[in-house]
Amino acid sequence: MSQVIVYDKPDRSEEEVASAIRAKFPSVELLKVAPRRLHFRAPRESLFELCKFMRDELAFEHASCVTPVDYLDHFTVVYHISSWTDHILAEVQVDLPRDDPTVDSIAPLWGGANWHEREAYDLMGIVFKGHPDLRRIMLPEEFRFHPLRKDFIVGRRV
Amino acid sequence: MTDEMWINMGPQHPFNHGLWNLRVKLKGETITAAEPIIGYLHRGWEKMVENRAYPQIVPLADRLCYGSSLSWNHLYCLTAERLFGVEAPDRAKYIRVAALEMQRITSHLTWLMAVGTDLGSYTIMTWSIRERELFLDLLCKLSGARMTYNYCRIGGVRNDLPENYERDVNRTLDEFDRRLRDLEALMDENEPFLMRTLGIGKMDGRTAMNLGLTGPILRASGVDMDLRKLDPYEAYADMKFEVCTHTDGDVYARYRVRMDEMRESMKIIRQALAEAPAGPVRVKVPRCPPKGNVVCRVEDPRGESLMYMVSDGTERPYRLKVRSPNFVNLSASPPMLVGFKISDVPAIMGVMDMCIGETDR
Repeated sequence: MSQVIVYDKPDRSEEEVASAIRAKFPSVELLKVAPRRLHFRAPRESLFELCKFMRDELAFEHASCVTPVDYLDHFTVVYHISSWTDHILAEVQVDLPRDDPTVDSIAPLWGGANWHEREAYDLMGIVFKGHPDLRRIMLPEEFRFHPLRKDFIVGRRV
Repeated sequence: MTDEMWINMGPQHPFNHGLWNLRVKLKGETITAAEPIIGYLHRGWEKMVENRAYPQIVPLADRLCYGSSLSWNHLYCLTAERLFGVEAPDRAKYIRVAALEMQRITSHLTWLMAVGTDLGSYTIMTWSIRERELFLDLLCKLSGARMTYNYCRIGGVRNDLPENYERDVNRTLDEFDRRLRDLEALMDENEPFLMRTLGIGKMDGRTAMNLGLTGPILRASGVDMDLRKLDPYEAYADMKFEVCTHTDGDVYARYRVRMDEMRESMKIIRQALAEAPAGPVRVKVPRCPPKGNVVCRVEDPRGESLMYMVSDGTERPYRLKVRSPNFVNLSASPPMLVGFKISDVPAIMGVMDMCIGETDR
C-alpha cells in the first residue's frame, strides 16, 4: 500500500514562483499575478526550456490545456500549466507569426499535452516540433483546412 | 508463437458508450499496444459558439455532455461571469453547489450503470438507473428539464428553489443513503466483479499526473487532488467534505472513489441547502463584456474541466476553448491497457466514464 500524495497547503506563493521564473528567464514577460494565477508571455525560442524548468524545479506537475487563438495578424498559443503542489495555474502565452506557426512541443515533458497539441494542429494548423505523433485527431486525414482559423468561412464547401 | 494483430473495437461496439474506436494490438489475448480514435462526433462546437451571442451559448453548453450537462452549463456561466466582471449573488452560489452535487451523483450513477452493463450485471444497471431517477426528479423540479437543464445563467441561476425543496431533497437523500448501501453490497460482495477489477489497469500517481489524468481516476491512484479544495469556486470554500482517495490505482480503486464521492456529495447538498442565505438569485449583466481573456476551471464529475474565453468587446466570444477531462483521460488510456488481456478492456475503459459529447465537441 503506497502513500497518498497530499496537496493541502501550497509550498510557494505566486510571487515566489514568478520571481524564480523571472530570475532564470529574463526574456519572459510577467503579465499579471492574481491569487492562484500567474500570467506570462514568452518568446517561442524559450518556451521549451521554460516549461522544463517549471516542471523540474517548480513542481508544475500537470499540463492542463493548450489553446491556439487566431488574432488574424498572428497566432497566440496559450498554455495552461498547473502546479498541484503550489495550487497555481500558470498561463504562458506564445506569439507565433502567421506565415510560420511552429513552436516546440511540450508533449515530451507532459504526456497530457499530447492530444491538446494534436487538436491545435488539426483545427488551427499550429505545427509542434518534436511532437511524437502529430496527426489530425478530430477531422479526417484528407481534410485540407484548419477550420478554427478566422479566415475559414462557416458553411463553405470543403 | 502467434502473430500480432490489430483489432478495432468500435466505433460500434457494446463496450464503448458513445461513438469512438479503440484499436488494440494483440499478441494472443494480451494487449501490446492501444490507440483510441475519436472524432466521430465532432460538431465544431468551438467554431459554432464564435457565431453566437453570449446568452445563446448557455443551452449549447448543456449539449457538451448529456450525462452531466449542468456542470458544463455552470462552467460556461462562471467563465462568462469572470469575463463580464460580475459575480453571482450568494444565494445563487449555494443553489449552484447543491445542483452541481446532485448532477455529480446522477453522473456517477450513469457511470455505475455503464460499468454494470459492461461487466455483465444487469441488476446493477437497473438499480442505479432507478436511483438516478430520484435525482433527475429533483433536478426536474428545480429547472424544469430532466437532462439538459439550462439552469445557470450568466450572473446567477434561472429561478429560486421551488417550494419545500429542501424538505424534498433531504427525504430523497435519506432514501438514497439506504439504497447506496444496497448498491455497494451488490458490487463489493460480487466475486466475479472483484475478480475482474482488482489489480486491473494499474497506474501509479506520478505517471497519472504526467499523463494529465484528473478527477476520480487520479484520486484512485493516490493523489489528493480536487479542484473544489485546491482552487475553490462558488461556495465550495465554505463546505465541509473530504476528498476521497484510494492508493491502489486499479479499476477497483476507481470504482471505490466514485462510490465514496457520492456520499460526500450528499453531505455537500445538505450543507448547501441548509446554509443558503436569503437574497436574489440573479444579477443583471451588460450585453457586451470588456476586451480581454479569462480562464476558469472546475471539478467536473470526470475531472478538471477548463474554459478559456477571449473577448474582443463585441456581443460574441472571439474564442472559447473547452478542456474536456475525458479527452485527456482517454488519451492516457493506452498505458493502462498494455499488458492486460482483451477481456479486461471493458473493465478498464468502463470505469473511465466515457462521454463522447465532451470529448469530440
